[in-house]
Amino acid sequence: MFSYYPSIIVRGQPSVLMNIFVPVIAVLLTLFTGSIIFSLMGYNPIFALYTFFISPISNAYGVSELFVKATPLALIAIGLAYCFKNNIYNIGAEGQLTMGAIFGGGIGIYFYDVNSFWLLPLMIIVGAIGGAIWGMIPAFLKIKFNTNEILTSLMLVYIAILILDYLVVGPWKDPDGYSFPKTRAFSESARMPLLFQGLRVHFGLIITLILIFISWFVFSKTMFGFQLKVSGYSPIAARYAGFNQNTLIYLAFAICGACAGIAGLSEVSGPIGLLYRDISPNYGFTAIIVTFLGRLHPLGIILASLVIALTYLGAEDAQLFMQIPQAVGFVFQGLVLFYLLGADLLVNYKIVFKKNI
Amino acid sequence: MSEILQINSVTKTFPRVVANKDVSFNIKKNSVHALLGENGAGKSTLVKILYGLLNPDSGEILYNNNLLNITSPSDARKKGIGMVFQHFSLFESLTVRENLILGIDDKISYSELKNKLKDISARYELPLDLDAPIITLSAGEKQRVEIVRLLLQDPQLLIMDEPTSVLTPQEVTNLFKTLEALIKEGRTVLYITHKLEEVINICDYVTIMRNGEVIDSCSIDNQSAESLATKMLGERLGKIKTDYSNVSEKINFEVKNLSCQFNDPFFTDLKDINLKVKHGEIFGIAGVAGNGQSELMDILTGENNKIDTGKIIFDNKNIEKFNPKKRRDLSIAFVPENRLGHSAVPELTLSENILLSQFPNNNFINKGVIIHKNIENHVNKVISQFNVITPGSDVKASSLSGGNLQKFVIGREILTDPKLLIISHPTWGIDAGAEFSIRESLINLAKNGTSIIVLSQDLDELFEITHRVSVIFNGTLSDSFETKNISIEKIGLLMGGHKNV
Repeated sequence: MFSYYPSIIVRGQPSVLMNIFVPVIAVLLTLFTGSIIFSLMGYNPIFALYTFFISPISNAYGVSELFVKATPLALIAIGLAYCFKNNIYNIGAEGQLTMGAIFGGGIGIYFYDVNSFWLLPLMIIVGAIGGAIWGMIPAFLKIKFNTNEILTSLMLVYIAILILDYLVVGPWKDPDGYSFPKTRAFSESARMPLLFQGLRVHFGLIITLILIFISWFVFSKTMFGFQLKVSGYSPIAARYAGFNQNTLIYLAFAICGACAGIAGLSEVSGPIGLLYRDISPNYGFTAIIVTFLGRLHPLGIILASLVIALTYLGAEDAQLFMQIPQAVGFVFQGLVLFYLLGADLLVNYKIVFKKNI
Repeated sequence: MSEILQINSVTKTFPRVVANKDVSFNIKKNSVHALLGENGAGKSTLVKILYGLLNPDSGEILYNNNLLNITSPSDARKKGIGMVFQHFSLFESLTVRENLILGIDDKISYSELKNKLKDISARYELPLDLDAPIITLSAGEKQRVEIVRLLLQDPQLLIMDEPTSVLTPQEVTNLFKTLEALIKEGRTVLYITHKLEEVINICDYVTIMRNGEVIDSCSIDNQSAESLATKMLGERLGKIKTDYSNVSEKINFEVKNLSCQFNDPFFTDLKDINLKVKHGEIFGIAGVAGNGQSELMDILTGENNKIDTGKIIFDNKNIEKFNPKKRRDLSIAFVPENRLGHSAVPELTLSENILLSQFPNNNFINKGVIIHKNIENHVNKVISQFNVITPGSDVKASSLSGGNLQKFVIGREILTDPKLLIISHPTWGIDAGAEFSIRESLINLAKNGTSIIVLSQDLDELFEITHRVSVIFNGTLSDSFETKNISIEKIGLLMGGHKNV
């Protein structure tokens, strides 16, 4: 009996060109698969794709909304890049975002009747601290008890969300809110300034771009960025070089937590203006896709955040105009990640069919 | 007594190396047959062929006078050939019983298995707690599980690959009792080792291999540890022309009474290690792999700076608590054995790899910001002065050949003008040209007053470049001898664990 079993073997030299084009291929395959899904659901795929990807950004308001959605995604994604470069799988950015919103938003609620220039900067700083503290819990557990950061950071997401839940129905509930699970609105000076009159795109975008630029500098020009990279590729080489790997783990988690915290704060003090239960449509999880789609590179992350933000907008439009469930947006995000990982595998490995006896 | 195994002109070549060259010898039924040789002598390749893991390029093997035609270990087991590997292949989280059941190829009822196990445990003095998880067992107990698993299949020929390397002395005694019981039953054991004492004590016949060839195959009668050592290592030709004129009298580096316990069967505990290196001296540490070299290397580099007792003194400073970075600040350079992933990161470019080892005189960093210009200068100097063959400094380290990457790593360290260089297996796995240039650069470095410690298994290398040598065996370092005064026989005895030299 002869049969052919596929087996996966390493390619000697992965193609550099293909490596760069993986995200493009992944997006194209996603669109292709998406059109098949739309056809199977009985929609004209061209029209559906147009509704999903073109019409949401065909006017100034749409473009502004794209940036509103891309801002938290890009900011969290650049923070995650610090962790992923160091080969630490922090998937708890959603929790760190929530904690940033609680800490920074807490300041906003405490000073709800104060209008002064220092309020917003203070909220941003406290929000960053909140996210960083939440991020450093899995780092501490990993270093002290060798726990798996994937599990602990994920579990902390639900703890953070439940804390927020408790606060908005309990101690921080708006006294004039007819028992709705929400807090008081922040004062005017606690809100992110809008960049254009009548559009929702806000100052958080500027913060994000600044932090991405700083991260580009850190990754490519500083010893710290180099240490993260070495320790990610080979912990033994990092030990040989004498880098303190525990410090690197703490810093990567703290920076990521701070970025997610600022993202959370700029959501609540930007478009939302108060605290309630659903402050984030899973930005913290979706940002993981953004980071990988952007190849951990600052510029790539900016582009990837726009692509993924579009899936949020497209899903809203599709629901509005075609009565397609909004969850289709998550299907597209999942497809992108699936094709990205698949293409990555095929760039680095090849499948051979071996004859076995 | 008839032959159970006849090996006739077996040859196996790998790219760039002939692992087995026309190997022929016979193994007599019902005997303990030793296969003796240094690392790289070709023992493992031969054994893998016998166990069906490799196919020979040419030659034939007769097993019980029939041609042995196997393509996998399970074929080998069906024919009655079993093997105990040096590193255990057990599922750590499962119990002894579960591991034994998993190892059985044939169908067997549970009660039958139970009786068989009882029988084996009693006959060969191999007591087992069937419900204990593997992870809780000592190395000796794990080995017992492996042997029992093997005996369940009733093998005629047992191959044991350095079985005592992870055992305590008491466990070794027990293992030898088991071997005796096996022989009494009419089974045959092929015993792979580099320990001379064991060959003399428990084996009936011995085959000595060197550089892929069989040097001798004979009865153990009339052999002594000395004669075996000479056969194992060969006559080293070439006059030693080491130049002692640049060695100063001043001690530069000293290790005093260093001991370290690891509580891990795959680590060798270090016991009371002492060594002194003078300015301008090349100090060699010989020994068969796995006798504590990598553990000692980690302590010398500071990658492991938690030793139990002892002092490391460099330039009158106690440095045993320093990490590698702090040691580099004192101008101590290191080249560990493994290039890919240890002394260099394969995924990074050569320029980036320069940054792994920074010395105070490098000026690669200013307030945390990398100065690319200084790195470029340094990397180009390394490439040109050490003849690193590469299309440029921006290629990944993984694209260089082993010899070129080693030249790059050694060049990176030497160009920082170290006061002490600690280097492990400097020419391991690289071609002759690179080997020559690396040894020459080490000799030149010592001439300028740098102290060098070389850990190596390659005796030719140590005889060629060192001023003094000592031998590490089972975590203990021997006294040191001037290289020009020590005989190859003496080194061989020390490497084989023979104490009365």
